[in-house]
Amino acid sequence: MFRNQYDTDVTTWSPAGRLFQVEYAMEAVKQGSAAIGLRSKTHVVLASVNKANSELSSHQKKIFKVDDHIGVAIAGLTADGRVLSRYMRSECINYSYSYESKLPVGRLVVQLADKAQVCTQRSWKRPYGVGLLVGGLDESGAHLYYNCPSGNYFEYQAFAIGSRSQAAKTYMERKFETFAESSRENLIKDALFALRETLQGEKLTSTICTVAVVGIGEAFHILDKETVQALINEFEIAGEEAPANEAAPEDQGGDAQPGGDVQPGAADQGPADEGVAPMDI
Amino acid sequence: MPIQQANWSPYDNNGGTCVAIAGSDYCVIAADTRMSTGYSILTRDYSKIIQLAEKSVMASSGFQADVRALQKVLEARHLTYQHQHNKQMSCPAMAQLLSNTLYYKRFFPYYSFNVLGGLDNEGKGCVFTYDAVGSYERVGYSSQGSGSTLIMPFLDNQLKSPSPLLLPAKDAVTPLSESEAVDLVKTCFASATERDIYTGDKLEILVLNATGVHREYMELRKD
Repeated sequence: MFRNQYDTDVTTWSPAGRLFQVEYAMEAVKQGSAAIGLRSKTHVVLASVNKANSELSSHQKKIFKVDDHIGVAIAGLTADGRVLSRYMRSECINYSYSYESKLPVGRLVVQLADKAQVCTQRSWKRPYGVGLLVGGLDESGAHLYYNCPSGNYFEYQAFAIGSRSQAAKTYMERKFETFAESSRENLIKDALFALRETLQGEKLTSTICTVAVVGIGEAFHILDKETVQALINEFEIAGEEAPANEAAPEDQGGDAQPGGDVQPGAADQGPADEGVAPMDI
Repeated sequence: MPIQQANWSPYDNNGGTCVAIAGSDYCVIAADTRMSTGYSILTRDYSKIIQLAEKSVMASSGFQADVRALQKVLEARHLTYQHQHNKQMSCPAMAQLLSNTLYYKRFFPYYSFNVLGGLDNEGKGCVFTYDAVGSYERVGYSSQGSGSTLIMPFLDNQLKSPSPLLLPAKDAVTPLSESEAVDLVKTCFASATERDIYTGDKLEILVLNATGVHREYMELRKD
């Protein structure tokens, strides 16, 4: 994509019928560090790579809890992501207040998409430079959506955004047919595998990634570092064998503790309330 | 034509009584479950108590539609607080929020007489008592509602420090044990039920302490 005379304003069409400012905004998403999402019939897992600018600083927050039943992972301009997360939280709270029920995920993403579209049709605005992977549960099941700066949104079984996301997508393209029936543990492991693909050789540790889960009977929460590290160790010890190759019925129902590998008392299963601050995100 | 006066009121009084007592490491919050209008009973099984946060429980008597609206506003505000601060609201913080929310409608008030109970930041029991427009005070015990005129003098007799001149009443906490406080509350309601027609049916008691929240029920006279 090269500079041209039609890319100054978002309100200027190119002769080929393109809005370059919108496309440049989507480039910003590709520059951000990777975020992936996958879903089964009962759970959605979001994971992101957290690269700190320097050893001295903390990393940027890329996964946000929006409500008990919805969470979002972002890639791109994280400031824009933070603002949109605040909007999403506010919408969920207002819906709950008015209807005393949870905002369906599909409704939220449409509102988000409409908000993004406005910024593609005002000369005094710019498009949001952030891609959002919205994962949540409602009456119609588990959902994963991708909202882009253009105002489009799509539903996915699994998706990845950000830099080197293609590697994660390739991994997930091989596996996605198993995700629907996957257990919670295997879904998380697949997320970690996919995330590892984006690191291209760099060692995956819980210090550089964040994993979050939402499921039936399980409010959206971010897994703590110990749990994530234990899961990473588990599959590395197993000789990097992809979890879907193991006996699929092994962890059916999702709530069974896999062997003794995971630390006892780790907040790996069920509601997040055991020992974790409720909005600890 | 003689002068006409408005005879429609936006308010109604659904009756009921609430009590709260603060202990050194616990708090007891109780309310009856009768909901009335005029001389009729609407239901014998309506809870006036809501847990707003991990360590804050509110009991409200008065106009239950306004009570429910107030509860919803506070619940939504608490969610926002959690998103912004990454933690639950403390009881003193919730107390201030309740006061501000009530005063916000100073010129069309919530017809809600509230008592907020919970644990403060040090784990000690705390009780805050309110009027309909948000005037509040931290106290060791309080009651609100139709039976409060019967219960409050009794609590004063049992719990008030003997001489405020010798012993500073600053420490707003009762020396009773948790089970003694629960028994006292049951006694209060049994007595109030005898003489207040709007109080009765069933008593709902919530005890808040370091281990969490515990709920208990006791039958009251149904006449």
